[in-house]
Parts: sequence; structure tokens; C-alpha cells
Amino acid sequence: MELYILLSFMIFAAIVAMEVKDLFSSIIAVGAVGFCLCLAFLILKAPDLAVTQLVVELLCLIILVRATIKRDFPLVIQGRWVFNTISSLVFALVFISFAYSALKDLPDFGNPTMSIVKKYLEEGIAKTGATNLVSAVILDFRAYDTLGEVAILFGAIVGIMTVLRKTKNENRQDKIDE
Amino acid sequence: MSSKTNTGMSLIVKTVTRIVVSVILVFGIYIVAHGHVALGGGFAGGIIIALSFVLLILAFGRNVAVNKISVTLAANLETIGALMFLGIALLGFLKGAFFTNILSKGVPFKLFSAGTISLSNYAISLKVGIGLFSIYLAFVILERYKQGK
Repeated sequence: MELYILLSFMIFAAIVAMEVKDLFSSIIAVGAVGFCLCLAFLILKAPDLAVTQLVVELLCLIILVRATIKRDFPLVIQGRWVFNTISSLVFALVFISFAYSALKDLPDFGNPTMSIVKKYLEEGIAKTGATNLVSAVILDFRAYDTLGEVAILFGAIVGIMTVLRKTKNENRQDKIDE
Repeated sequence: MSSKTNTGMSLIVKTVTRIVVSVILVFGIYIVAHGHVALGGGFAGGIIIALSFVLLILAFGRNVAVNKISVTLAANLETIGALMFLGIALLGFLKGAFFTNILSKGVPFKLFSAGTISLSNYAISLKVGIGLFSIYLAFVILERYKQGK
């Protein structure tokens, strides 16, 4: 029950984040979504994920606030809204139809009676020696996923560094020109 | 938050930061080191360590941190973390396959156990923490260049 209240509040906050005119208010709404996700992880009995989500959300909010605190971009609404609305509706319909046929055969939420997880729970300590099973899964059984995550984060940080370094060079160019 | 950001926040914030920041740092290191025993792990612990440095920058102004740690140093540390994780993965080839746990498993619930899992936690904490901190640092330095213009 609490989970559904939280989920509906998250959807409401996400819509607010999209619709509000002010960029700073939008960031606050995104932060509300993140902290509600942290609470949802706690309700679903995943404290490890909740800790990680809380900490990541804090740092991301600090970065976002720092990046946008003094600049506000005006909302641009131009023509072609008929085409944009129709095309996004069509894509939403296609996605929903595919998702309906794909998700129909999935087992119920939280009710697959632990078919895969059972093996990890029974043999996890003996095979890895780690008592935190989340660590055992992400760093031993499913370590390829973590390697992919690290690669994605590396690419993102290199991209941000490149974009931000460019303005630095432009500044240097200005000083040379003067 | 007008022109006073250069010298940091008020005296109260500075005093509290001076007391609290080392505790946050030690707590982050604890979370990383016990990632295979209890809650946490490299991801959360690395970001807690990064948050302690972010708190330093917020309280004492950007010049304190920018003079001590440059973006180049942060990027180098982050690359070292990524290469460490890849190296641990490649070490698995000594016993056959990628990501094989080659070290001894040890006794459960002890700090030095679980073989390569704890080493991977250290590598990931370096990678994630320094990586996200360097993003923040890049924003801070960018703003300084714009004001100096």
C-alpha cells in the first residue's frame, strides 16, 4: 500500500519536473523522485540499493544545483507541435503494444518463488566467501555487468571533461587575442 | 550566494565542517572496506568519500580545493581505478577464465575474506568516487574561469 502511494507520488513529481517553467524547481522535483525511489527500495527490503541510491542522489543534486544555479534557460515552444504530438503518440502506441505482448508472459511481481535466486542464496557464501550477497552477485556472479557499468561511467566522465575543457581553451584563446 | 562564494560560507559552517569532515571520510572508508561483509560496497562508499571533499569545497570556497587537487590528477586517479578493476578481471586468467576469484576465500564475516571481491570494491570506489568528484570539480573550475574573464 505504501509502495503504491510512493509510486504515484513519484510519477506526479516527474510530471511536475517536466512541466514546471523554472529550471531550479525542476531539479528539486527530480530530487524528490530520487529520494522517493530510495524509500521504495527500503520498503521492498533492499537496504543496500537504498544506501547507494541515497548517496548518488545527493551528489547528483549538488552537481545539478551547482550547474544551474545562476543560469535559466527559457522554455522554447515553437511550431510543429501537431507533428510532434502525433509522432510521439504513434511511438507510444507502438511501444505499448509491443510491451503488452512481451510483458504478458512474465510472472507476477515478487512471485517467481525464487527460481534463480535460490541457488545464489544457498551457495553464495561457500562459492565466494562474501557475506554481503549483493556484493557477491555484482562483483563475482555478474561481474561482466559491473565492468560494463564502469565503462559507461568512464565514457560519460570523459565526455563531460571534453565538453567543459573546450570553454577553458576558448578563454585562453581570448586572453591570447587580447 | 553572491560574491561571497570565493571565501566560503559563514564561521559556523566552517567550524562544523572542520569537525565533521574527517568523520564522513572515515565512514566512507569503512563502508568500502566492509563492502563484502555488511551493507554498502564500493559504489556507495566511494561517493561518501567524494561527498566529504565536496563538503570541503562548499564550506571553504573553491580556491582551497582547486589549489590542492587539479582536474588532471582526478582524471588520472579515476583511470587508475578503472584499470585496477580490469586488471583484477584479467588476473582471473591465471586460473582459467575472466573474473575468476583466484585468491583464497577466507573465513566469512572477517575483514580479509572473499578474495578478489574486496579488491574490486576498492577499485570501484576509486573509479566512481573520484569520477563523480571530478565532474563537480570541472563545474567549479569552469565557473572560476568565467568569473575571471
